[in-house]
Amino acid sequence: MNGAEFVQLSLTPLLIGVLAAVACALPGNFLILRRQALIGDAISHVVLPGIVVAFLLSGQATGPAMLAGAAGAALVAVVLIELVRRLGRIEPGAAMGVVFTAMFALGVLLLEQSDSSAVHLDVEHALMGNLESLIWFDAEGWHSVADPVALAALTPELPRMAAVCLLLALTLRLFWRPLVLSTFDEGFAAGQGYPVRVIGLGIVVMAALAAVVAFDAVGAIIPIAMFICPPGAARLMTDRLGAQLAWSVAFGAVAAVAGYLLAGHGPALIGLDGSVSAAGMIAVTSGLILGLACLFGPRRGRAAAPPGGRAGA
Amino acid sequence: MRTGLAIPPGPELPPAPAEPALVIRDLTVTWGERPALISVDAAFPAGRLSAIIGPNGAGKSTLLKAVLGMVRPLSGRITVAGIPVARARDRIAYVPQRASVDWDFPVRVADVVEMGLWRRLGLLRRAGPAERARVAACLDRVGMAELAGRQIGRLSGGQQQRVFLARALVQEAELILLDEPFAGVDAATERAVIGVLKDLRAEGRTVIVVHHDLATVRDYFDHVLLLNRCSVAEGPVAQAFTADALQQTYGGRLPAAYLGQIGLGGQ
Repeated sequence: MNGAEFVQLSLTPLLIGVLAAVACALPGNFLILRRQALIGDAISHVVLPGIVVAFLLSGQATGPAMLAGAAGAALVAVVLIELVRRLGRIEPGAAMGVVFTAMFALGVLLLEQSDSSAVHLDVEHALMGNLESLIWFDAEGWHSVADPVALAALTPELPRMAAVCLLLALTLRLFWRPLVLSTFDEGFAAGQGYPVRVIGLGIVVMAALAAVVAFDAVGAIIPIAMFICPPGAARLMTDRLGAQLAWSVAFGAVAAVAGYLLAGHGPALIGLDGSVSAAGMIAVTSGLILGLACLFGPRRGRAAAPPGGRAGA
Repeated sequence: MRTGLAIPPGPELPPAPAEPALVIRDLTVTWGERPALISVDAAFPAGRLSAIIGPNGAGKSTLLKAVLGMVRPLSGRITVAGIPVARARDRIAYVPQRASVDWDFPVRVADVVEMGLWRRLGLLRRAGPAERARVAACLDRVGMAELAGRQIGRLSGGQQQRVFLARALVQEAELILLDEPFAGVDAATERAVIGVLKDLRAEGRTVIVVHHDLATVRDYFDHVLLLNRCSVAEGPVAQAFTADALQQTYGGRLPAAYLGQIGLGGQ
C-alpha cells in the first residue's frame, strides 16, 4: 500500500480506532477500581434502542439524531439501573444486567419492526461497527493532511472522537485528586468535603460520553472491550494509578493499531483470502494483551486484601 | 519507636478548654426504617482522648459518619469548636476502618499520606519539597518511613493502620476521628498508635476513637461515650465507665467475672 492509499483508506479508521480505544480506556480505569466495569458494557448495549427510537422519530440514522438518541438511552439506563438497585434492593451488577439486557432486547424488537434495510442499521452493524468504511475519500496523500478542502471532507467521526478524547483527558487531569480520593476512600473524601455522589455520577457520565460517541463511530464491541481490557492489563503493570492510566492508553492504542492491521493483513499471512472485521480484531487483540499481562505483568502476583470483617455499624 | 506506657491520664494534663471540641445535639440517623442513632447528645472535651464504646450495631461508626457528612441525619446539630460541622471539615481528620479500604488499589504508602494534603493543595498545585518533607516526617512518626514506596496491599494489618494514622497526622487537624484503629492489629502497632494519640493530646488536639476493647479503656482514654443507639452514659472515664453503665449498654450480657477482670468488679 503506498502513502496515498494509506492516507485515503487506512489513516482515518486507524486514528478513530485509537481515539475510541483511548476514550474508553481512560474512564475504564476508574470504573474497574470502583467495581463498576460492567457499566461500560451496559451503556454500549442500551444505545441501540436509543438509536432506533431516534431514527423512528427523526427519519435520520446519522449524526446528531443518532448521538442524541444514544445519549438519551444512556441517561434512561443510568436512571433505571439506580431505580432497580434501590427499589429492587439488588446488587448493582445485577441491576445493570437486568436493565441493559432488557433495553438491548427492546432495541432489537424495535429494529425488526422498523424498515432496517432502508436505514443501513442492522444488528451486526450496531455491534461491530464499520471501521473500515470510515475512509477519507478526498485525501490524495500525506499532503492532504494540510489541505483545508480535503480536511473539510473528513469523516465527522474523527474530530468528534478526538474532541471527546481531549475532553476526557482534561477532565481527568483537572479533577484527578477528587476522582482518586473518592474512588480510593469515599469516606475520607466525604469528610474532606468533596461531593462524592456528584463525583461518582461524573465518572458514569464520562463513561457514557465515551461509549456513546465511540458506539456511533465504531460500534459496540470496541467500547465494551476497551473499558475493561486495557485498564485491566495496565493494573498488572504498575502500582501507581497515574502510570496505570498511561499504560492503559498505550495498550488501547496498540490494540487498535495492531487489531486493524491484523484484520486487513492477518488472513493473508496465514494463506487465507479477504479480511476480517477490524472492530472484532481490535477487541480480540485487547483481550490478548490482557492475557499476556496476566502471564507476564510485573504486578500480577498482588497480595490479596487482608482479612478483617466489617465490625460495628 | 515510641512505647505507649499505660499511664492513667489526668493530673499532668492542663485543664480542658471550656468549649468542647465536638458537640452533638439530638442526633437521629436511620438506615431505611431502622433507627441507627436515636436522639444522641454528646460533648467531647478539647485536648482529650475520648472513646466511643458499644456493642456491634450500636451506631458507633454511624456517629462518626454523621460527623464526617457521609450519612445524612434525620435530625440533629453537630458543631466543631462552636462552628457548624459543614463549615469545619478542614479541622477534622479521619482514620477509616481497615475493612472499608480497597487494599488492592494502585497506590503507595507515601501517596496515601500525601492525600491528607490534597484539599489544602487544591486541584492542581503539586506537592513541593515542604509537603514531601511533611509526609516523610509523619511516616517516620508512625515508624513507617522505610516502607514509603510500598503498595498498600503488601503491608501487614498493623502497618496499614499506621499509614492511615500518618495521613491523619499530615492534615494537622484539631479533631482526629479513628474507627476501630486497634481491630486486628499486633501489640506493637497498638502501642505505637496509642503513643502517637497521646502525643497528639499533649499537643492540645482532640482524639475520638471508636473502640471495642473494654479492658484498655481506663488506660487509654480520658472521656467515654457509652452508646447503644441511644447515649447510655457519657463523661470522664472515672465517672461514666462503670459496671452498671456497661451492663446497660451491652444489655446485661457482660459476665461479672469479666467486669472484675477489667477492674470494674464489686460495684
